[in-house]
Amino acid sequence: MSARLRYYGPAVLVFVGVLVLWEIVVSVFGIQQFLLPRPSAIAAAFAERFDELITVGRNTLVEAVGGLLIGGVAALAFAFATARWATASRALLPIAIAANSVPIIAFAPIMNNWFGILNPLSKMMVVAVLVFFPIMINTLRGLTLVDQTSLELMRSYAASERAVFAKVRVPNALPYIFTAVKVSATLSLIGAIVAEYFGGAQSVLGQFIITEAAFFRFANAWAAIVVASAVSVAFFLIILAIERVAIPWHASARTRDAS
Amino acid sequence: MTGAVVRMRAVQKVFGGGADQTHALDVIDLEIPKGAFVSLIGPSGCGKSTLLRLIGDLTQATGGTIEVNGKSAHRARLDRDYGIVFQSPVLFDWRTVERNVELPLEMSAIDRRARAERARAMLALVELSGSEKRYPWQLSGGMQQRVAIARALSFEPALLLMDEPFGALDEMTRERLNLELLGIWRKTGTTIVFVTHSIPEAVFLSTRVVVMSARPGRIIDVVEVDLPQPRNDLTREDERYFAFVTRVRERLRGGDSAQVAAKTRAAAM
Repeated sequence: MSARLRYYGPAVLVFVGVLVLWEIVVSVFGIQQFLLPRPSAIAAAFAERFDELITVGRNTLVEAVGGLLIGGVAALAFAFATARWATASRALLPIAIAANSVPIIAFAPIMNNWFGILNPLSKMMVVAVLVFFPIMINTLRGLTLVDQTSLELMRSYAASERAVFAKVRVPNALPYIFTAVKVSATLSLIGAIVAEYFGGAQSVLGQFIITEAAFFRFANAWAAIVVASAVSVAFFLIILAIERVAIPWHASARTRDAS
Repeated sequence: MTGAVVRMRAVQKVFGGGADQTHALDVIDLEIPKGAFVSLIGPSGCGKSTLLRLIGDLTQATGGTIEVNGKSAHRARLDRDYGIVFQSPVLFDWRTVERNVELPLEMSAIDRRARAERARAMLALVELSGSEKRYPWQLSGGMQQRVAIARALSFEPALLLMDEPFGALDEMTRERLNLELLGIWRKTGTTIVFVTHSIPEAVFLSTRVVVMSARPGRIIDVVEVDLPQPRNDLTREDERYFAFVTRVRERLRGGDSAQVAAKTRAAAM
């Protein structure tokens, strides 16, 4: 317990200190609330609009998770196919890399057009396209960057390609995949909110922020940003927890006194 | 010792082509009898590891024939006739010690319970009972290499190929593992081909030391080490042991001049 306190203590202190400093600076220098509301004002706005914030936060999270699932599954399928068949790799990889340099968010209005502006799928697809590349390229790296001696070992057992895949390449790729999915969790929320800025259903974080800002209720907009951050952090932590359970052998999960 | 497990006739290995050709091995004739413990020793780059990899069908010869158990090396690999231990243990981080040892058994149709039983027996053989459920990174380097040996022996291969398996370990661990390896060899009767650059290690372990020259690798001499079995710590203090060490050392040194002589001859022709 005291070890935990020592570990998290400094971060908590800094966080609280920043909030206090923020509060003081805003009131002492008389900063206009539309430029930067006081933390206490944001907290009040948060309490006042709590139910609505929870609803919009949940709706956006659904888009982010849906998009991450669609993009993630597609990326895994793509990476497995390219790692397994050299022909697939030669045919698909250059296209994927070229596609990655397209600023994906520019597709948001097109997605609205394709899937219907009110359909959450239009936002999910923006997220899916956004997370596709990082997950795909990391998975591919994990599947192909395998210790050569491990492959020779499998060769000495006259192991089939399938066995090499199942017993060496896939386990080797798992840490890479989790790293990519953790990064993509944050990315998926950014993608969902930005996609929402391009119009669509009203009961989502992006639209909430736009509307409140348009009416100069900046404390509410800030409260929504706090919700967005909290959702993002929670999403990240959930994936971290899954990672701990799925690959307990990985270096990131090793306890310091184990060796 | 009946029959040869490995038969090599006029084996050559050339890497690359055209002007970049490297003659790694030059006309190797070698027979390894069943149950023998044969060490390959020579200066670095002499092709001793390549020779081992040729026997194991991890690389292909440019010329000559290689037979393992009366079959081609390729056929022998497909029949899982040999286990291999590399210089690094090559254990999978995501498997426990026990599951690492089971790995080769998973390639054949052996049920789970038999696999676990076999793994436990092998771990007992390398004196690692009790470590079944640990992960490789929780073990010392010497213990990891013992797991690798247990894994290589788990499917009872006819031939155990070891490529400088103790090269990365400290001297004391190395001597202890040498003793253990001899114990395993006696218990299992497996034929062992062992690559090393340590003369004392080669002499202590082997029934036969194959001395090789620098590139292109050739066999300069085959030394029959008829020190009494079972060998133990006292063997290392035996006068005849020192005599063998000296003999191998002189052979290795003489290898260079012999090679120069051969080159001069070739140039004269």
